[in-house]
Amino acid sequence: MAKRIETVELSCFYGKTKAVDDVSIAIEPKSVTAFIGPSGCGKSTFLRALNRMHEVVPGARIEGQVLLDDEDIYAPEIDAAAVRRTIGMVFQRPNPFPTMSIYDNVAAGLRLNGLRRKSELDSAVERSLRSANLWDEVRSRLNKPGAGLSGGQQQRLCIARAIAVEPQVLLMDEPCSALDPISTLAIEDLIFELKDRYTIVIVTHNMQQAARVSDVTAFFTLRGPGEPGYLVEADTTQKIFTNPSEKRTEDYITGRFG
Amino acid sequence: MTAVSPGVDAASLRDVRSSRRGDRVFSGVTVVAGALVFALLGAIAVFLVVKAMPALQHDKSSFWTTKIWDPDATGRYGVAALVFGTVLSSVLALAMAVPVALGVAVYTVEYAPRRVGRFLGYLTDMLAAVPSVVYGLWGLFFLLPHLVGTQTFLNRWLGWIPLFSGAHGDVNTFSKSVFAASVILAIMVLPIVAAISREVIGQVDPAQKEAALALGATRWEMLRTAVFPPSRPGIVSAVMLGLGRALGETIAVALVIGNTFDISAHVLTPGGNTIAANIANRFGEAGALGRSALIASGLVLFVITLLVNLIARYVIYRSGVEERSAAV
Repeated sequence: MAKRIETVELSCFYGKTKAVDDVSIAIEPKSVTAFIGPSGCGKSTFLRALNRMHEVVPGARIEGQVLLDDEDIYAPEIDAAAVRRTIGMVFQRPNPFPTMSIYDNVAAGLRLNGLRRKSELDSAVERSLRSANLWDEVRSRLNKPGAGLSGGQQQRLCIARAIAVEPQVLLMDEPCSALDPISTLAIEDLIFELKDRYTIVIVTHNMQQAARVSDVTAFFTLRGPGEPGYLVEADTTQKIFTNPSEKRTEDYITGRFG
Repeated sequence: MTAVSPGVDAASLRDVRSSRRGDRVFSGVTVVAGALVFALLGAIAVFLVVKAMPALQHDKSSFWTTKIWDPDATGRYGVAALVFGTVLSSVLALAMAVPVALGVAVYTVEYAPRRVGRFLGYLTDMLAAVPSVVYGLWGLFFLLPHLVGTQTFLNRWLGWIPLFSGAHGDVNTFSKSVFAASVILAIMVLPIVAAISREVIGQVDPAQKEAALALGATRWEMLRTAVFPPSRPGIVSAVMLGLGRALGETIAVALVIGNTFDISAHVLTPGGNTIAANIANRFGEAGALGRSALIASGLVLFVITLLVNLIARYVIYRSGVEERSAAV
């Protein structure tokens, strides 16, 4: 179920502004890769380029390649919607559909894929909610609005919604930045469990979080204000946090800048 | 007093008179403004009821059912045909205007390049600024002759639907009709519905749209999943406001409708009438009872539009309640 992602000299633009410069990185399946770095270093932009959500912004485009198991997802014959079905995404702010029930939120992606049979939907919804560690909390109120849940529950609902369509890769853009510590812990535990089945990429501002949940850490920064972000280094999380190769990484890790 | 924060001495805490006077004046002004709206609405209702009384008492039994309007000569009159024509022309107008208006709104917000979208927005708003008498004259001298082709087409190919059939078989002549009035009304209602829908659709949280796209939704699927559901109450109220305008529109309709008194769903055949158009056409030459009767019909229109607005409010209120209860 999990696939490998590789970028080849990937640069991201907003109009004429270059936001990410020339990043080549390989992300291994069934692992958690964390992107860390100061604000504005392009790590979220880079993440969004991995499932073609970047181009949703008017004027946004990329140069270079993103390969999903050696298939270029930006090739002209590739459908962006199909890419996003394969590479799911969880956002910074929990964004369940406000008019939909908990059940319908999880089923939304499945229905987009043409799944209509109630029995199949039922089992997929339960499976996804169980995987997101939310089932026990919501099983008695599946037809209540998803917006009625707490922030942490909403974010797990969004994770359930994302994994319901059984993606190969799960991208998470600062999924805990709007959550309290208890909810954050619940999400981190969940990420650890999901690692068995998915390739997970997580952008985080929180270095402890990167250290706790990830196998590989990639450090992004920018050369100066107004300059595009770039990848400094990517290595095992243990190495990045104990003995990084680059001075800049060490400065950031130890809190000397950023 | 020791707890007072630095820089604020005890005297300044008591010295609040000047700011309070401004406060009182302002709240007074708002109360008066609010009360004025209430008083105006009340005054209009009282005026209508009082002036309509003679006509309503003169003919209690048949005011709702009579299809004739001849108060001054024979004393027979009723709003049956007028209410029917008013509702029919307005509903027909909405049926034509709403799909186009929603298309315009969705296009300006979601599809058009930002510059084009903004320009189209201005154009739609300008459509709303055209005076209704201009619409009426344009309808009379330009639209009516050019509508003949459309009417012939509808009659020939969709004549099996009673709406488009002739009252007595085929339609031979086309002129002022409910259909013509509906087309004019549709054009007049379009900008309101389009403008409000545009605002409502534009206010959908971009995060919701991204959520749908990230699930692999196409543009259309994204609209269906993330944009239309939260916009629904706003769009409903836009349609209701459009309906309110269509029901009350006077001069443009008066110029292109047939001014007859029959209840007929054959919208292509010459004829038809609405409450507002009838008032405009007859008020000048009406006698005492005639005027009272016309005002009585105005009272009916007032109640109909009030009901439409109440229903719209209720729809918006109910969806608001749903959202609030969801947030608990």
